Amino acid sequence: MEILMIITVGVLVSVATYMILTKSLLRVVLGIMLLSHGAHLLLLTLSGLGEGAPPLLGEQAEAYSDPLPQALILTAIVISFGVTAFLLVLAYRTYKEHKTDDLDELRGSADE
Amino acid sequence: MNNIVLLPVLIPFIMGVILILFRNSPSIQRFISAVTAFAMLAVSIYLTYIIYQNGITTVELGNWPAPFGIVLVGDLFAGLMLILASIVGVACLFFAFQTIHSEREKFYFYPFYFFLLTGVNGAFLTGDLFNLFVFFEVMLIASYVLIVIGGTKYQLRESFKYVVINIFASMFFIIGIAYLYSVTGTLNLAQLGERVGELEQTGVLNVVAILFLIVFGMKGALFPLYFWLPKSYYGPPAAIAALFGGLLTKVGIYAIIRSFTLIFTHNPDFTHNIILALAGFTMFFGVLGAVSQFDFKRILSYHIISQVGYMVMGLGLYTPLAIAGAIYYIAHHIIVKAALFLFAGATQKITGTTDLKKMSGLLKTHPALAWLFFIAAISLAGIPPLSGFFSKFALILSGIQEERYFIVFVSLLVGLLTLFSMMKIFVYVFWGKPSLSEEEVKKTKLAPLLWPVAPLVALSIIMGLAAEPIFSFSMEVAEQLLDPSLYINSVLKE
Amino acid sequence: MKTNFLMLHTITRIVAFIILSFSVFLFFAGHNNPGGGFIGGLMTASALLLLYVSFDLKTIKRVIPFNYSTMIAVGLLIAIATGLNSFLFGDPFLTQYFEYYDLPVLGETELTTALPFDLGIYLVVVGVALLTILTIAEDDA
Repeated sequence: MEILMIITVGVLVSVATYMILTKSLLRVVLGIMLLSHGAHLLLLTLSGLGEGAPPLLGEQAEAYSDPLPQALILTAIVISFGVTAFLLVLAYRTYKEHKTDDLDELRGSADE
Repeated sequence: MNNIVLLPVLIPFIMGVILILFRNSPSIQRFISAVTAFAMLAVSIYLTYIIYQNGITTVELGNWPAPFGIVLVGDLFAGLMLILASIVGVACLFFAFQTIHSEREKFYFYPFYFFLLTGVNGAFLTGDLFNLFVFFEVMLIASYVLIVIGGTKYQLRESFKYVVINIFASMFFIIGIAYLYSVTGTLNLAQLGERVGELEQTGVLNVVAILFLIVFGMKGALFPLYFWLPKSYYGPPAAIAALFGGLLTKVGIYAIIRSFTLIFTHNPDFTHNIILALAGFTMFFGVLGAVSQFDFKRILSYHIISQVGYMVMGLGLYTPLAIAGAIYYIAHHIIVKAALFLFAGATQKITGTTDLKKMSGLLKTHPALAWLFFIAAISLAGIPPLSGFFSKFALILSGIQEERYFIVFVSLLVGLLTLFSMMKIFVYVFWGKPSLSEEEVKKTKLAPLLWPVAPLVALSIIMGLAAEPIFSFSMEVAEQLLDPSLYINSVLKE
Repeated sequence: MKTNFLMLHTITRIVAFIILSFSVFLFFAGHNNPGGGFIGGLMTASALLLLYVSFDLKTIKRVIPFNYSTMIAVGLLIAIATGLNSFLFGDPFLTQYFEYYDLPVLGETELTTALPFDLGIYLVVVGVALLTILTIAEDDA
């Protein structure tokens, strides 16, 4: 299972890298989203895909899975939710002001 | 257990939230934020005093014991950084009162100013790697807003790149955390320091260490990851640029110093030599960028990069004297750099431009501005008896002691080029025939612009004249940093 | 062409309230079971969003005249105040307290300081989610 998850992470990250390197603003945003999914999945996988019971008081199981990575990922997801919302609006405003979403045209010159 | 450790994080956060409620009345906002900034300064000084008296002070949030719960740790290094952050916070805030448009004030300028400081202070105090990530994000999200607020074409374009690069670095941060957690099974900095020493998996740990170096280097503008800095710091108004230039990259440097003195000390021959090499490249290429520019703000932005190199050089040498020099340098740099950016803002307000070729002769019309700038500029270049000299002196001395002559040569050369480019600013802006007519001179009142900056310049002079006590304090900080067992024992209480 | 929203309107009127009551359930389930302020807040936000989608912005603004950025600020203040209350007892920030009480109707009930903290989170989440989406939605140009 871990191997499969790691491969998924690899696919996500490589797709994300491709998207970030394209010229369109929106694709860069999408790439950032995929990259964050990849990173979160990696965090979950690397801390061990446990098979214990959910770490709740009432379960009374023999083994519990580690709750820390899940707490970390929840926090990271909330953060990336906020940042992505901001980035989308920023990309939209940039597009409206500059009338283009081509990053080549948004490069700007060294001395302006 | 001491809740005072929390106050530098809580005060700006609570006040930032309260400021949201008063978003439509700028005068109340200004009053509250001024009071808050001074309260932060007072609390930071008091906290550092307590740490100095009682040793490292910790607070365990929610009464959960250390490796399991979230812990905030105040040691001398953190205390010093808190004081510096609050000083710059006060100065930039008062400069912002004079220069920020009321439209920006209504768009939550002050709340985000304090959220930024919350993140910065939290990053200094946290004793947990994941919380370091969270506080980094708090700081960065606030910085995204501050850098784009106002929404000019240039700002929007450059902020997009700034945001993307920083999110990219944050994702690497998560990946690094994932690796480190799978290797060590903990994220508490103290416990990490303990376990990394015991593990004998140098290969994996080297990879993780370099991953973190990349992450923090991207935030701290290390070679070759500094390319984003000059353009994005050019866009926002001077008060914000000064806050960013003084503080933000230094948070990255703080994280590098913290992690490479506490956690990744398993293989200094490898990691710290890489850091030393990066330091040399960073300072050299940064100063080359500065020499080639003809714009006030851009020159200063490139100098941030070159001076980050000096701080990291201290870490790379990894002796008590070198680390003390680096700490002294950080203190000097935060204050002087913020002052210089504020001077850039003041001249921009007077002349309406930051292009050096379009200004001249301000020495005749604004002598006070000119001489204050001159002091700050030569302090940056490292002329005795100002603060810049003693910090560079300590770094170079320890470089010679360690027989790393090449880095010593590079840092001396960079010092010379820094002097050259600062003098270039002085010559272009302040010498020559006055370019402004008398009405234009009278239009802008200089005194309110200079009041926030003058204390910073005074502080730089004091830090130079009182080098002895301040340097011995830096030595104490450095010794505390180089003895991780102090930190580990006070957090884990064994 | 005039579109007919009768189905959507009728279903929304019922479903929105089911979602709202479920979100309240989730909110109180929190702390010892899956649930809590965050997930409850998201649920509430989704119910409100359903209303915004099926009726239109202006109508719903008349019905729910909240200012969401004030809501975020109030939520944050509630959450911090709950954390600060441990200062009174000399404990570290965010220490939680709980006790069992006999309440008139509910019988023996556990009252915790985690509840007002969660209420703060709830308000923040509802505020943030709606503020973000409405800001983007309001831009017609």
